[in-house]
Amino acid sequence: MSSSNTLSNPHWTGARSETSFHADGRKGNNVIILYAFTAAALLVSFIADMRKTIRGLEIALKRFLRIGPAFLTMLVLVSIALFVFPEETIARSLTSGSIWLATGIGTLIGSIAVMPGFIAFPLGSVLRNSGAPYMVVSGFTTTLMMVGILTFPMEKKYFGVRLALLRNLLAFLTALAVAFATGLYFGETGF
Amino acid sequence: MKNSKMLIFLAMSVIYAGFLLYSSIYGFEPGQQMWGNFRDFSLQMLKMMPCIFILIGLFDVWVKKETVERHLGTDSGPLSYLWAVLLAGTTVGGIYVALPVASALYSKGAGTGVILAYVSASAICRIPMTLFEASFLGWEFTMVRFAVSIPLVVLVSVLLGRYLDRKGWVMPDEQE
Repeated sequence: MSSSNTLSNPHWTGARSETSFHADGRKGNNVIILYAFTAAALLVSFIADMRKTIRGLEIALKRFLRIGPAFLTMLVLVSIALFVFPEETIARSLTSGSIWLATGIGTLIGSIAVMPGFIAFPLGSVLRNSGAPYMVVSGFTTTLMMVGILTFPMEKKYFGVRLALLRNLLAFLTALAVAFATGLYFGETGF
Repeated sequence: MKNSKMLIFLAMSVIYAGFLLYSSIYGFEPGQQMWGNFRDFSLQMLKMMPCIFILIGLFDVWVKKETVERHLGTDSGPLSYLWAVLLAGTTVGGIYVALPVASALYSKGAGTGVILAYVSASAICRIPMTLFEASFLGWEFTMVRFAVSIPLVVLVSVLLGRYLDRKGWVMPDEQE
């Protein structure tokens, strides 16, 4: 499966069409499992203690409303970022120049961009096939997962500004270490 | 202070919505694309959110504080970090799910370092995502990432947690 992705991959040429968000069947299954599990838990809880369950639902609503504005802010930022950084732009900047520069750019873009795994990993595979080293792909996907500039509004609600900053900074350094280790493992650093 | 923040938020929302509306009426391409992104991403996340928050609510009323404290508390030893990483592996979604879960765990007495490890680990080792990654980039790639990132994440969380505890840090939600 890993070598079957070329530039004609639908994830790639399809850019950000609506289908790319629903393309992964596994994702759909996850949601079904999640709903089944929640329904079962709710049912058992109701049978065991109705009053407790209602209190639980109230807590759920309260917590959800409290984070609502930050959540919405994140969605807006993501919608803008996906427009500013289309996949073509990302690919172009990661497959040219020296490996160190490309890794640096990769980690920076990965820190800003937010995309679901089922877009990010096929993209990583396409990047590999168009000449990006493992180290660059690793820097990009790891920061994508660990560092969230766009999810910052939400994170600061829970952690406070200083801890959210600190955590993201440390996550960025961790991602650099991971990228470097990947480069060493695959013999790309030239050492 | 709180009111002025709310006002800014409302103003920005109105501007954004107005921009999207303008784009859809006059066919402004960038605005239409942003609306598409916004809608797809919102739907994808909102699909999961009701479940996540209901489960958090149930967790809150059913799980005893002592249980969480014993396994994930500050004095529960190195094993608590293993639980944090395993729990992170089963988390769905992204940091927008991990944060509310971490907050619920914290209010039940989980340690600062443990919830930090949980949030960071949930970014890198969610099981479905990992399977997907490995199928596209190969097992070697994924294994190297795991071998380096998980120990680092745990180490950083332990140190950061200790530092925060020494400074008397409290999660903002809990001050209300």
